[in-house]
Parts: sequence; C-alpha cells; structure tokens
Amino acid sequence: MFLYSLTLSRASGIQSAVYGNFSAPKAQEVVVSRGKILELLRPNENGKMQTVVATEVFGCIRSVAAVRLTGSNLDHLVLGSDSGRIILLKFNKDKNVWVKVHQETFGRSGCRRIVPGQYVAVDPKGRACMIGAVEKQKFVYVLNRDAAANLTISSPLEAHKSHHITFSVCGMDCGFDNPIFAAIELDYSEADQDPTGEAASMAQKHLTFYEMDLGLNNVVRKWTEPVDNGANLLVAVPGGADGPGGVLVCAENFIIYKNQDHEEVRAVIPRRSDLPGDRGVLIISYATHKKKAYSFFLVQSEYGDIYKVTLAYEGETVKELKIKYFDTIPPTASIAVLKTGFLFAASEYGNHALYQFVGTGEDDDDVESSSAALVQTEEGFQPVFFEPRPLKNLLLIDEMASLMPITDMKVANLLNEEIPQIYALSGRGPRASLSVLRPGLAVTELAVSPLPGAPTAVWTVRRNATDEFDAFIIVSFANATLVFSIGEEVKETNESGFLGTVPTLHTQLLADNSMLQVYPGGLRHIRPDRRINEWKVPGRRNIKAAASNEKQVAIALQGGEVTVFELDPGSGLLVEAEKRELGEDVACLEIPPVPEGLVRSSFLAVGSYDQTVRVLSLDPGAGLKNLSMQALNSVPESLLMLYNSSEGGAGNSGGLFLHVGLQNGILIRSEVDRLSGQLSDSRSRFLGTRAPKLFGATVRGGRAMLALSSRPWLGYSDQGRFNLAPLSYDALDFASGFASDQCPEGFVAVVKNTLRILAVENVGDAFNTQPESKLLIIAEADHAAVPLAEREDLQARLAAIAEEEGAPGVEFNDELAALEEQFGAPKGQPGQWAGCLRVVDPATLSTVFVTEVDNNEAITSMAIADLLLPSGVPGGGAAGGSERVLVVGTAKALRYMPTDCEASYIRLYRLSDGGKRLDLLHKTAVDGGVPGALCGFKGRLLAGVGPTLRLYDMGKKKLLRKCEYNRLPHQIQSITVQGPRIYVGDAQESVHMMRYKKAENAFYIFADDVAPRYLTAVLPLDYDTVAAGDKFGNFVVLRLPREASQQVEDDPTGGKMAAASGKLNGAPHKLEEVVKFHVGDTITSLQRAEMQAGGQEVIVYSTVMGGVGVLYPFTNREDIDFFSHLEMHLRQENPPLCGRDHLSFRSAYFPVRNCVDGDLCSQYASIPAKKQQMIAEAMDRTTGEMLKKLEDIRNKIL
Amino acid sequence: MATLSDRLNINSQIEHLQAKHVGTGHADLTKFEWALNIHRDSYASYVGHHNMVSYFGVVENESIGRVKYEFLQRMLLPCGLPPKAQDQSEDEEEK
Repeated sequence: MFLYSLTLSRASGIQSAVYGNFSAPKAQEVVVSRGKILELLRPNENGKMQTVVATEVFGCIRSVAAVRLTGSNLDHLVLGSDSGRIILLKFNKDKNVWVKVHQETFGRSGCRRIVPGQYVAVDPKGRACMIGAVEKQKFVYVLNRDAAANLTISSPLEAHKSHHITFSVCGMDCGFDNPIFAAIELDYSEADQDPTGEAASMAQKHLTFYEMDLGLNNVVRKWTEPVDNGANLLVAVPGGADGPGGVLVCAENFIIYKNQDHEEVRAVIPRRSDLPGDRGVLIISYATHKKKAYSFFLVQSEYGDIYKVTLAYEGETVKELKIKYFDTIPPTASIAVLKTGFLFAASEYGNHALYQFVGTGEDDDDVESSSAALVQTEEGFQPVFFEPRPLKNLLLIDEMASLMPITDMKVANLLNEEIPQIYALSGRGPRASLSVLRPGLAVTELAVSPLPGAPTAVWTVRRNATDEFDAFIIVSFANATLVFSIGEEVKETNESGFLGTVPTLHTQLLADNSMLQVYPGGLRHIRPDRRINEWKVPGRRNIKAAASNEKQVAIALQGGEVTVFELDPGSGLLVEAEKRELGEDVACLEIPPVPEGLVRSSFLAVGSYDQTVRVLSLDPGAGLKNLSMQALNSVPESLLMLYNSSEGGAGNSGGLFLHVGLQNGILIRSEVDRLSGQLSDSRSRFLGTRAPKLFGATVRGGRAMLALSSRPWLGYSDQGRFNLAPLSYDALDFASGFASDQCPEGFVAVVKNTLRILAVENVGDAFNTQPESKLLIIAEADHAAVPLAEREDLQARLAAIAEEEGAPGVEFNDELAALEEQFGAPKGQPGQWAGCLRVVDPATLSTVFVTEVDNNEAITSMAIADLLLPSGVPGGGAAGGSERVLVVGTAKALRYMPTDCEASYIRLYRLSDGGKRLDLLHKTAVDGGVPGALCGFKGRLLAGVGPTLRLYDMGKKKLLRKCEYNRLPHQIQSITVQGPRIYVGDAQESVHMMRYKKAENAFYIFADDVAPRYLTAVLPLDYDTVAAGDKFGNFVVLRLPREASQQVEDDPTGGKMAAASGKLNGAPHKLEEVVKFHVGDTITSLQRAEMQAGGQEVIVYSTVMGGVGVLYPFTNREDIDFFSHLEMHLRQENPPLCGRDHLSFRSAYFPVRNCVDGDLCSQYASIPAKKQQMIAEAMDRTTGEMLKKLEDIRNKIL
Repeated sequence: MATLSDRLNINSQIEHLQAKHVGTGHADLTKFEWALNIHRDSYASYVGHHNMVSYFGVVENESIGRVKYEFLQRMLLPCGLPPKAQDQSEDEEEK
C-alpha cells in the first residue's frame, strides 16, 4: 500500500495574525498563520478579505511578527517555528511569493520546551528582535541594513535564564535608546525542591527587562521586579516622543502599567455580571492603535469582550489607566487594526470577521474602570460590572468562513447526487454548525428569468471596447433573436441594430466598437453610428460555424468552405481576407484573441466531422495553410483557445492552449506553439455525459474557460497551475461571460427556457460550504455550560417570547441565537454539562427533532445498532426479531485531566416515525469509567466503558451484561467490527484486534500494535488492515501480517492458546505499520469515500484546524516511482519556507513510510521555471509532462 | 582503562550537557524528577502546537488563550509536591 496525501481544503482556523505593509507601502495587509500555512490577506475595494497567496510551510508556525527597518516603508516578517531557526521573509510582489531573506539556525528543531520560536518580539524601530522559548532560552538578533539597503542579521546573543518559564515577551518602545525587551517569567527551581509546598506557593512572577546594548553588542538583564501572579500578556506602550514608554501587564482581572522607576498603575478589568465569582477575566489578544498624539489599546478578554485601554500621562509619568468596555465579538486568536479604520478579528473557533470602526468608544454610558477609582476592600479589589450589549462601535463588513474545529465528519450520499457530500460538524458552543461540503466551486444565482421559448444560445456584448460592463444580452432561439439591454434592470430592446427575425450563430464587438451578428444567411455588421453592412452567403448555402476576435471573423459554410474576414482599420469595413475549401464539413471554429501588440491572431482552429482538429495559418498570403492537425477519437463539439495567464492575471505572456470538447464528453487540452502552430502535450479529462461546450469568461481578472457538460466546470489559472473545477450547479445549456456593476465577474446562462445570471464565489476554494441537510443524528455536549432548562435568564426571556409568539420549543428564536453567538454562552461550573441529541434533515438542513440530555450528563459516544429484542416482547426472544436503536453513552459530571465522572449510563432510544423521533427506551447505569465507544455486534451491544470492553444484551428494563474484558490499557476510544473480529482503539495505546469466543463467552486479544498512539479516529480498510489517526497529527495504516492472519483463522482455538502466552504481557501477534505519515494537524475523523463518479475510493480525513484532506492509494508502480522522485527533488530544490526540513516534519513522531506528500509535489507548479526545468531533466521528462502528471493525479482524486 | 582525568572529563561533559539540555536524565534520577520533565515537556509541546491547544480548548469549552495560560501555569508544579527527602532515602534503601 502506497498513499498520496493531498490537502483538499486547507485549514481555515487562524493561529495568529499580524498587520503590516508587506507588498507595497501603505498596502493594508494581514499575514495569518494557520498552523502550517502562511497566508497573506488583503481587503479588496468592497471590504472583502481576499487571499493573496497561501504557502504551505511544512512546519509548525508558532509565532509571527512584522518588523520594519528604520526609514523603510515595507515590513519584513519574522517567523518563529519548530525548525530551530529564525526566519526573515520578504514579500515579492512581482512573483507573488514570500522570499526567505535570512534563515539562521540556533538550535534543535521541534516544538520543545527550550527551543526558541514560541515567542517573537521585535523592537518597534526594527533594530533588534528577540526569539524566545517556553523555558530558559531567549536569543536576541540585531537587525541592520547594508549599503544596498538589504536587511542584515547578526549572530545571536543569549539572554538565557534556567528554570524560568516565560509567559509573554514584547519589544518595548524606547525611541532610539538601546532596544529593550520585556518578559514575564516564573522561576520554578525552588518549587521542585521543597516538599512542603511553601516555595511553590511563594513562587512569584517577575517582569524582566532585557536591554540589548548596541554599543557593546551584548544583552543584559537590566531590571526585574515582582509582578501580579496572574500576569499572562505584555503590551508595549508607545515611548520616546509618542508616549510614556513602559508596558501594560495584562493579568487575571487586572491591567497594570509598569515601567522601570515608575510606580505601578493598576485598574481592574470590568467583568460580566453573570460571571461566576471564582472565574477570572483573562486578556487573550490585543491590538495597539498608535497615532502621534493619541494612542489606545484594544484588548479582548477570553469571553470575547473588547475593552479600550487609554493612559493619561504627563511626560513619562502615567497618571491614570482607564479600561472601558468597547464591544463584544467572539474570542479571537489575534486582532489587528488596519490603518483604514478596519478591525480584523481572527477568531479562535469559527468564522473570522472584518469590522469597521463606527464609533470611538467614547460614550459615557459604557462602563469604565480606572486606576484612580480603584477600591481595595478586605476581599481584594472591588470589581466593576457590566452587561454585554449588541455591537455599537464596530460594524460587521465581511466574514471569512472557517470550519475550525471540525469535531466530526461523515461522507455520505444522502441526497442522491452524483458524488457524496461531506457533512462536517464544526465550531463550538453557540457558534457550532453542521456544514455540508461539496467538491466544486460555489455558485451564486443572481437572477433567474423565464423566456418565451427554449433559447439555443446567449451572448453578451459591450457597447464600447473600453467599457467595463456589458451593454446587451443577446438570446438566440430556433428562429428568432431577442436583445436585452442591461441597465438598472434588464429589458428587451430594439435599438441594438441586431436582426431579430433570424437565429443568431455568433456575436462579437469589434475593435472599432462596431458589432457583428452572424446568422445562417450571412453577416450583419453594425457600425458604431448604426449604419449596417450586410454580407450575404452566396448561393443557397448556410453558415454552420463562426468564430471571431476583435479584428478577425471566420465562418464555415456547409460543405466545408472556410472564409476569413478582417476588419479594415481605414474603412471600418469587414474585408474578405482568405478563403479555402476544406472538403469536409466543419463542426466548430475558433480564433484566439489578438495578442497584445499585434494586428491579428495568426491561428485559426477548425474542428471537422472527420474527427480531427486542425490549426490553420491566418498570416496574410498563407492561404489558410495547415500548420498542424490532431486526430481525435470523437467528433469535436466545441473549441476554445486561451492564453495561459501568468501570475497576476492579465497579460498574454504564457503559452497558448487549445481546448477541444468532444461529443463523447472528453475535454482535450493541447499546447499550441506560438510560432509554428504545432500542437503538443495533450491532456484529456472526462467531464460528463454531454459534449462539453466551451466558453471564455473572466475570473479574477484573467481569462478562464467555462465548460458545460452534464455539469458545469470552470478552468482557470491558479498560482501558475491550470485548475479545472466543477461548479456546484445544475447543468447549463449555453453560457457567456457577463459583467455588470453588481456582478463584475459573472456568467449569463440559459437552462431550458430560463435565463440565469450566475457568479462564482471564492475561486480557489476546492469545496463550498452551505451552512443551511436521509437524516443525521448529532450529539452535542458543552463542558462548563449551563443547560438551557436551568438558565433562568433564558427561561424568563423565553417566557416573554411565548407570550408574544406562542409556545417556544427547546430552541431559542433567531434573535436570541444571534446574541448568544456574539456573547457566547454563560459560563457554568467545571463538571457541569449541557447537551442534546438532534435529528437533522440533510435536504433542508433543518432540525427535525431535538431533546436535551438531563441529569448533568455529557454524551461521550453514540451508535446505531440492531439489537435482538428481549423475550417477552413481541418478536423478541426465540423469535429472533431485532430492532434498530440509537445507543448513547453518557457520563455524569464528566471532568478532564484526569478523566473522571460521577456515574455513567448507556441510553437506548427507539427511532420512531421513520427516525424523525427519538424515544427513550431505558437507561442503564454502567460502572468502570466513561463509555467511550459503542458498537452493535451480532444483535448485541459492545460497549467500551473506561478500559473495559463489555457485551450487553438488550433487556426490557435495562441492558444485561453478558461478558467483560477489563485488561485494556487506558480508555476505549473506538470499536469497529468486521465479521468475528473486533478492532478496539485505545485512547493512548493504539489498536487492539480482538475476538469473541462464544463457547467460552470470553474476549481475547490476538494482535496489538508496537507503538503507543493516542487515537482519535479509526477506520477499518479491510479484514486485516485498519487506518488510524492520532492526537499529535499522525496518520498510520496498521496491518496484521498475512501469516499471522492465516494462523488466527486456522487455529481451532482461534488463537486463544497463543493469546494466553503473549509476548511481554502483550498480544501474540503484532500489527505492522504499512503507512506512516505526519499530517501536522490533529485528525478528528477518517472516512472512506469516492470523491468523483466512478472514481477510486480514497481515505478522507478532517482536522481540528478545519482542514479536509485525502489519502489516495496508488494503483501502479510507475506512479509511485514518479512521485517519490519528484518529492525527493523538491525537498532539495524547494526547501520549506519556515526552514523545517521536509522529511523531518513528515517524520515528526514516526518516520514517514510509504506515503508521498502531494502538497509538496503540487508546489512544483509554482517554483521558478528554471528549477522546474532542472527537475524535469533529472527525471527524463519535459516540464509539460510533469505538470500533466500532477494534474492527472489531482483529477483522479477530485 | 580510563584514567581518572578521563572520567572527570566525561563527568564534566555530562554535567555540561545536562545544564545545556534541560530534561536530560542521569543515573540517580528519581521517578518524580523524571515525571516532572515529562510533564513539562508535554505542556510545552501542547502550547507550541496550535492544533493541540485548540483540541483541549474544544473539549474543555474554554478559550484557547485560557488553555495556553493554564498549561504554562501548570508547568510550575506539574505533578504535585515533590516527595519528602526522607522517603527518597528510604526508597533507595529498599532498592
């Protein structure tokens, strides 16, 4: 088994975000780290955040900071990662890539305790940066500029301190004095030695200033002072000429201003009035807004409340510190204030958002706490309370979808579509949702209007070549043509000059702003002044096909006569230029657009009924000579020639490609030599059961192809690679590009007798999500949350609503839900649980049934099982009848670290009303731990309770225990069954293969794994093989060796004797690791699915960070060789951006085995052409072949 | 045969390594000290891997910022109070 790992939808959660000007001075940009992806975002004119470039770094990004050298107007990026290196990056705007400026190794790799990279802080003047570890190590690098204004970096200076845990680091603003870095540190050395615990309770956090002496080139601990023990975050206060300098220390419940030789200024953080008294308020993210005269800080608490912090100061003395409630948005990992008055909020979980500032938070109504009004009582400082309220100072502009965290995922075709849908549970608490993912690009329907008949074709024409938007929509019917003008609304018009009494074959706006209509009887040339020139077809023949660009028109008559006209710039007339009898009926024609700077395009492509496509020369005097010909296996239906737009969209610098849609549904794409017209490098792909019709369109400013088969596809250029993606929409009959001011890049299409205007959203995303769903049963459980039934505030409100609107359900109404989404649910006590069971209809994605779980129980596992009915029940007992029931495992007052619960139960629910209702049959208390997994087994129930595997029979009043095995290592996490074999996954000790011996009524383990794995997901692949994912982000395929498997099957005791004499307390047989691969993100679920119709089955996984990926099994040796070699070369030629060695990243926990990293291979398309060439040569292929291989394998998967 | 100076040299080298790489074990390491290192290493790793800390955050229904802070805070005394010195010597005697 050899797998190809490919990310389908990259992680959407954000680890941290930093604001800066990276591509150009004053460019408002945000760099976000998504764990292992570095992404540059920029808001467009409409305020939508758009990805400029996303780079997979094959490492774990732990911190990012922007650094700006004095006098520069661009920022560099400093990256702290697990590579044991400090990385300085610069953005190259022309190539649209990050360029590594410096990579300095300082120590070991990995996310370890003493390996710096956890914290990165920079001097505000860009003279130095500090990179720190969780414990002990800190390095300071001096940044400078050489004569050519390039960034230089010094060798590292150590600022280590053993036995010190660092909580936060920041670069202080002290003008042009020596750079100082501040850190919150905690010394643990004494606590380790003192058994009385006195030292531990005395342990004191310190605020330490490290001064980088630029003159002496050393770092000294300049000043250290005890600080509040709840301190967790440092914020630098503007200094020098702009403020008092110093730092704000954010601690639990307090914000404290501190500076050397300055008395501390402390203010309490206002707290929500409904917060339990023992809970603190912790600041988790901040943003500094720095202006010459006026600066303030926005800090966000763990509950999502944003406070505005201001300092009143005189000279360098701070008089007062004020904390004012500003607004509430969901908790963020980072917030960034853009200079244009926007706030980018990178949410911890769920969608990210861009807000606009609409208020300054100066309102007097809002609660404010001040250092001056600090009251100390006997119980400590007196708190200040407030109530969260809807947004006042911020206005939501745009949301960026994020699936983080995907807690579970199922791939199933519940809606009977061509391919299965992915159902993902994502988000958390009030922001949790069920999302349906479909491969393909999301399409928005902007308008649908009925037409009088069945149209055959549709075009759009501009009024003027330089116009931005289209002016007319031309719809052709079997015997007529309708023209619509586009304005405020779309309405029929007669003033266009088009002939309405004939069907139209083709339309074009020519270079001199005249319009052309091709109809079977001739050409109609409508001059800008509405004078009309007609050219009639000689004889009784008809035009069969036509093609044009802005200067040339080609038509083909019945019988195969091709005539080419050119627009004469002098007279403005269409002049016949060439004519040729081909002798074979022509099916389709195509002329590529005129290349920039030339007067005409030199090629004409002709598809004929003799199953060929030819390229003819349009050069004057060439007489339409054949340049090249390609034989096809079917009749071509449609042709399209496109220039492969290079980076940045526009320009005709790339190669010219000819796309041919064949009647058998295949699309062929060949490269056309731009000089000789030779066809080479053909690739084909099956698009659907209908002959693909090809149309040009505009996507992200570049030319793109729309291919209409049994489903629509969009071909576009993405980071140098041609991408063909299906659209999630019905089959279209005919389409054309469309631009208007509401929809700058859309399509107008005809389907049966309707005209539709469509737009494609988020080009580049492989999946689309519809947050709106046979039935899905979902279990929900929130720790430290208050059950709805116990929420007094809510009950009161619900009662109020009930009076107004009638009886409420268990759910709240939309308004309450929206508030809850903004504020988060009230915090409960640890060990308090709220949860429910919900049945969802996948078609409408609406809740069919919901029931809240009572008794403070948390749902820990769930399964649908066919259980034998007990005797005494109709159909039960000897009659052998069984019933399909929902089995739910719950734990009462569940607590973690260490896992513990007061009691645990297994509940049985009957699915009534076709599964639309759940009725509780009975509830059985089980002992021994948390029921971590459930599974049906031969009409009985297998339950993993703590470390115990039990077999239950269904009884009338409760479940009846039949058999037990209690020597599994820690906690059963999953149980799957195939025939007589039971695959038990342990939360810490990997997979155990077990059997049940009926005669002796006993379980025994016959095989286990050699390595500990903290399993999160298990998927059986076949009888001997299971795939598993673990908490640390590893994927593994385990297989029972064939001999062992045979032995177990043949053994009359079923391996029981052997099991009794296991090896070193383990099982007699050991599983082999067939595939090992580090995904780099916690895998939350594994599923098998075919992602395309008739495609191969692949393994789909989802991750905590919101990513979805697949592992595709190779089917032949040749591909394995090819991709392993390509991977090897790319490791050499394209080392990861964060400096981590690719091989060691993929082997972070277990050495990588039998798996090729498709994400790395895909980067081949984006590396410089010279390197592409070099690798291709080393592999005895051409660059084109290499890219084709990559495209092929991608096409096999999706 | 190693000479005395060699042995001293090796010892000092080991000491140097232990000082440099926190968490390096030695022959007289107690179970408690070993566990301390393991726990601190684990917490540091959880804090460093954003996916891990998010995973804990989801389970505990806490903010990621809070989970990170709690983990760092627990690095002070990850396994409770150290055993009394007496018990230690008794343990050794038993061995």
